[in-house]
Amino acid sequence: MHELSIAMGIVDAALDESQRRGVQVSAVHLRLGALSGVVKDALMFSWEVACQDTQLQGSQLIVDEVPVIVFCTQCHAERELPSVQSFACPVCGAATMDIRQGKELEVFAIEVQEEEVQG
Amino acid sequence: MSEPRLVEVRRNVLKQNDVIAHALRSQFRAAGVFVVSLVSSPGSGKTTFLEKTLTQLQPRYRVAALVGDLATENDAVRLARSKAPVKQITTGTLCHLEAAMVQNALQDWNLHDLDFLFIENVGNLVCPSSYDLGENLRLVLMSVTEGEDKPLKYPTIFNSADVAVVTKNELADAVEFDWNAARNSIQSVRPGMQIFRLSAKTGEGMEEYLKFLGQRLAEQTAVAQI
Ligand SMILES: Nc1nc2c(ncn2[C@@H]2O[C@H](COP(=O)(O)OP(=O)(O)OP(=O)(O)O)[C@@H](O)[C@H]2O)c(=O)[nH]1
Ligand SMILES: [Mg+2]
Ligand SMILES: [Zn+2]
Repeated sequence: MHELSIAMGIVDAALDESQRRGVQVSAVHLRLGALSGVVKDALMFSWEVACQDTQLQGSQLIVDEVPVIVFCTQCHAERELPSVQSFACPVCGAATMDIRQGKELEVFAIEVQEEEVQG
Repeated sequence: MSEPRLVEVRRNVLKQNDVIAHALRSQFRAAGVFVVSLVSSPGSGKTTFLEKTLTQLQPRYRVAALVGDLATENDAVRLARSKAPVKQITTGTLCHLEAAMVQNALQDWNLHDLDFLFIENVGNLVCPSSYDLGENLRLVLMSVTEGEDKPLKYPTIFNSADVAVVTKNELADAVEFDWNAARNSIQSVRPGMQIFRLSAKTGEGMEEYLKFLGQRLAEQTAVAQI
């Protein structure tokens, strides 16, 4: 299981953004591809531990699951795969390895709270 | 406190690994070394297959290997019997190799002295798939004793591989291995992938695979000279 180290990577990226912008992060939006090799449930499970004792403690992880999209040369069209167990066009059945989407492991956005001005 | 605001940041979580892997790949190309990584479940036969590969390539090529293991140096000791330079990467609690570990391990090796470098990953069909190691070829191994549907259970790693090896083939009859079913599951998750069927124990089928490696090295060298 490498989800804890992935979660820590997400925390690092979000912390870096929050420090650069001088803001407090309340939630992190992640784009997670079906071919990223990372399991959503395990990642969610690791989130709290990864955030512990950092400024992200108590923050939320919001995962946007991204399906695999391939290009089918028979149909000349992009197609969404219903399953990663079959790299074939769901319309015409042609096999394809022209992967256009689905490997994402990306901190897409952060929800921030502007730091309150003192005084 | 004010209302939360959504700020788009778009940061690749594995950026750091990808940057190092990219640098490694350039370094490998410049040195003219062809790098093959091996992934499989624990016990599929990576070390046995790699020992055979190193031994059989040595008369013609300069070869070396890195081997990742959670805790022991056993695999490195076995591979060293081939007389090729071998280095162990102990990963501790990490269940996969990362590009930085490879970079670290290679620090005191001169890559120009090598034709082939092999990297045995930790036995694991899940975690290694996310980490680019800068390799030129990712080889996924499965043995006839572990079931024909392995690729369907671990599609991501099979999809990320460039070539498949089905090993322990001398046991195929004993376990009623269904070659067509295995081939179909590999082709389903990774269309067009070349598959070698062999036995690292008896050596049957090794020749074709070694020839393939030789061709891939020659192709890379030819491209580098253009
Ligand atoms: N019959 C047979 N046994 C094999 C073959 N290749 C490997 N084995 C046996 O399978 C077992 C595991 O082999 P290893 O080479 O250690 O497998 P590995 O994938 O390196 O294992 P880990 O590094 O622990 O993941 C050993 O008992 C080997 O002797 C083969 O071609 N035929
Ligand atoms: Mg081994
Ligand atoms: Zn189609």
